[in-house]
Amino acid sequence: MSRLASPAALAAGAHGGVNGVTLAVFVFFFLAVTVMGFLAARWRKAEQSASLDEWGLGGRSFGTWITWFLLGGDLYTAYTFVAVPAAIYAAGASGFFAVPYTILVYPLIFTFLPRLWSVSHKHGYVTTSDFVRGRFGSKGLSLAMALTGILATMPYIALQLVGIQAVLDVMGVGGGEHTNWFVKDLPLLIAFAVLAAYTYSSGLRAPALIAFVKDGLIYLVLAVAIIYIPVKLGGFGHIFDAAGKALAQPGAVPGKPRGELASGPHNQWAYATLALGSALALFMYPHSITATLSSRSRNVIRRNTTILPLYSLMLGFLALLGFMAIKAGTDIQGNPQLAVPQLFEDMFPSWFAGVAFAAIGIGALVPAAIMSIAAANLFTRNVYKDFLRPEATAEQEHKVAKLVSLLLKFGALAFVLTMDKTVAINFQLLGGIWILQTMPALVGGLFTRWFHRWALLLGWAVGMIYGTLAAYGVASPTQAHFGGSSAEIPGIGEIGYIGLTAFVLNVAVAVVFTFALKAAKAPEGTDETSPADYTADLGDADATTTDLPPATAKAPAGH
Amino acid sequence: MPEPESPASSPERRPLVTPTRVVAAVCLVAPFVAMLWVSSYARIEPRLAGVPFFYWYQMLWVPVSTALTAVAYMLVRREQRARKGGVAQ
Repeated sequence: MSRLASPAALAAGAHGGVNGVTLAVFVFFFLAVTVMGFLAARWRKAEQSASLDEWGLGGRSFGTWITWFLLGGDLYTAYTFVAVPAAIYAAGASGFFAVPYTILVYPLIFTFLPRLWSVSHKHGYVTTSDFVRGRFGSKGLSLAMALTGILATMPYIALQLVGIQAVLDVMGVGGGEHTNWFVKDLPLLIAFAVLAAYTYSSGLRAPALIAFVKDGLIYLVLAVAIIYIPVKLGGFGHIFDAAGKALAQPGAVPGKPRGELASGPHNQWAYATLALGSALALFMYPHSITATLSSRSRNVIRRNTTILPLYSLMLGFLALLGFMAIKAGTDIQGNPQLAVPQLFEDMFPSWFAGVAFAAIGIGALVPAAIMSIAAANLFTRNVYKDFLRPEATAEQEHKVAKLVSLLLKFGALAFVLTMDKTVAINFQLLGGIWILQTMPALVGGLFTRWFHRWALLLGWAVGMIYGTLAAYGVASPTQAHFGGSSAEIPGIGEIGYIGLTAFVLNVAVAVVFTFALKAAKAPEGTDETSPADYTADLGDADATTTDLPPATAKAPAGH
Repeated sequence: MPEPESPASSPERRPLVTPTRVVAAVCLVAPFVAMLWVSSYARIEPRLAGVPFFYWYQMLWVPVSTALTAVAYMLVRREQRARKGGVAQ
């Protein structure tokens, strides 16, 4: 970029200096959500609050709108807001896979999650591992699911911090390279200590309440950005012309352009498999499951699949900001992650830049809270209760989960502060591949009990190992390993998403060994669920056979 | 709303595959076909207000797939009501 070569051309105060107005607005919003976070403990409080159902699932009481904000706040994280436009900025079309990916998520949720909701409601399951244990009678398989979930969630929490860091850096409060580490990271430490404190005291109710503010701010900022910035830059025609030229320039890989404006013939497999694989992975993450299970009924989930795509539309517009940053010649200091925050700072008046940064910052807190709660639920239910203290009471579960959520957050913080940012990004990439490997047991279990528990465990192991090794082998111009999430698909020869290849392998192994184990008459676990459990709904005293109040005059006399 | 199909309301053994369910399934599968068939939309022209086809077409599919999911939701719910409440409406 031309701007990179001429730092003098930068607006004074864009770097290094702190804009007081921007910072004041940011701090104001941050304080407001902190107060809300602590007050949330009293919001819709139940009689008996010291249980995992209350703390970790908000009492399973959320209706359509709260669930909408919660899931929206959960799935579309601050990191997404920073990373998607960054990918577009860096390489063009390939970063846009986030849009088809979030389109495909909803038909999947529509099909699978109501069944999970019903069976969980019926049997008091808090996590997917609870369900797997109940369905297949296998603690080993359940433990594998739980550990995968925790492992995949940790770097995701860490990346939320990377999102906040990007904002703090652009505001100039992240400190320069030469300040000592404590001063440099102090704002991040404060932000996180606050988050940890209110999640501890309020549980899932805190992010549910804060999500209202977060989404309100995000929609506002985006609506302004999508109209105001293109007008300033001379319209979308100019933006895409400039982007097309910039992307045609030689890129980091010798002999190849930086990117392209529409997915070329060699990149289409990668584009499609990334979209599909990510969509399958997204709703396997513990935090999406937690938000789903906290809803009040099956229909809340289904109704949400028809209103959640509003966020996808927002994400699409947001992605286009990456092109606007190219056209505007935004100075990213070699880090594409700064493209959007820096674009906002350059384009908006300082008070509105403060609003925009608050939106991203709070956008990181909501998912980080939900993720740590979800991972804590997994640990408490499927490690602590299943293996360490089988006789734990509801109150003890509640206490352990709160502590674990704290530990997880500080673990993530330590991760970000001590290691290079790329480590968190690499792990997140692996996390997506790993979490996808829990799908055969979960979705397989929701529809059929045909699979053998040991075959599922074996398939999971094969998928995990293949996925990890394949990702390790991907080199990029800047990294020798974990350079990306796509590699050649064995047998097809096209480049595709590693997670999806591993998933196919996983299913193949599970199918083959189910046949083998059934032939060998290996012992099946006991299934504590019955077919009717999967369609049970709120108000059904006894699964589906119970009649709801009939809608006609020809109703039977009594029920 | 027009009368629901009669087969769904029969109290005897209900078929697993009903016309309603087939339509709902088609609604849910359509976005996958459209979005995974990348070569069908990987081009620049025609532009819409300066935005290349690649981008506006995929964003157009957000409301389209939403509408399809909404149709599936209504169909599934109608069938559920018909099954639970005997003869509906």
